[in-house]
Amino acid sequence: MKLTFNIQGGDFTHAGKPSSEVKKVLKQLNVDGKTVKNIVIALYEAEVNVVAHAWKGTVSAEIDENKITIFVEDDGPGIPDIELAMQAGYSTASKQVRDMGFGAGMGLPNMKKNTDELLIESIVGKGTKVKMVNYFK
Amino acid sequence: MKVSELVEKLGLNVFSGHKGLDREMAGGYVSDLLSDVMGNAREGEVWITLQVHQNVMAIASLKDLAAVILVSNLQPHENTIRHSNDENIPVLGTSLPTFEIAGRLYQLYNQ
Repeated sequence: MKLTFNIQGGDFTHAGKPSSEVKKVLKQLNVDGKTVKNIVIALYEAEVNVVAHAWKGTVSAEIDENKITIFVEDDGPGIPDIELAMQAGYSTASKQVRDMGFGAGMGLPNMKKNTDELLIESIVGKGTKVKMVNYFK
Repeated sequence: MKVSELVEKLGLNVFSGHKGLDREMAGGYVSDLLSDVMGNAREGEVWITLQVHQNVMAIASLKDLAAVILVSNLQPHENTIRHSNDENIPVLGTSLPTFEIAGRLYQLYNQ
């Protein structure tokens, strides 16, 4: 099964839609609660990253018998130093985004903590590709 | 303890999500950083915050929280109210600042 969504940069009103849909489907498939929670956290953070930093992006979630593979790809400014971006507390978010309670530098660490595999590729000035895999228990 | 009992005992306003007042609470969480709540709050908790925009409800829904309490007389945005009603997760309000309401909630919950 494959689910796909579009994300518009700057559109915080719809942040959380893909995570919400994926959560519903995984619950219907009786995936265990803890795994669903992890996936929802990681996907929400990835979505918010696109909304907060990029111009536009897509989410595609491929659900197999034993795992979910999520690709989040954006057209955006890219990440110059991924290792630095992975550090808890490091953020390049705007003041407006921070005032909303986002941009505390916890997004990528949350994604790392809640996925079995996380792969980030980025080209500065072009965009970022994130691949996240979670295995079902 | 049900959310409705909190409302009664702590004298909270109910802005929205009335259908969710019979939700059971399983503790509380206090934070204004959304990623912190996303990463660390647990199902059934009541979230105390000063954030009033609708992403609060996206998180409350994704995390299956029992209710949200807005502090210091802050008012929820209109789309926060709408989302709260759609999800049946109450948005509550108090005139008290965070420290005060968190203390009272903690005391009540651990009685």
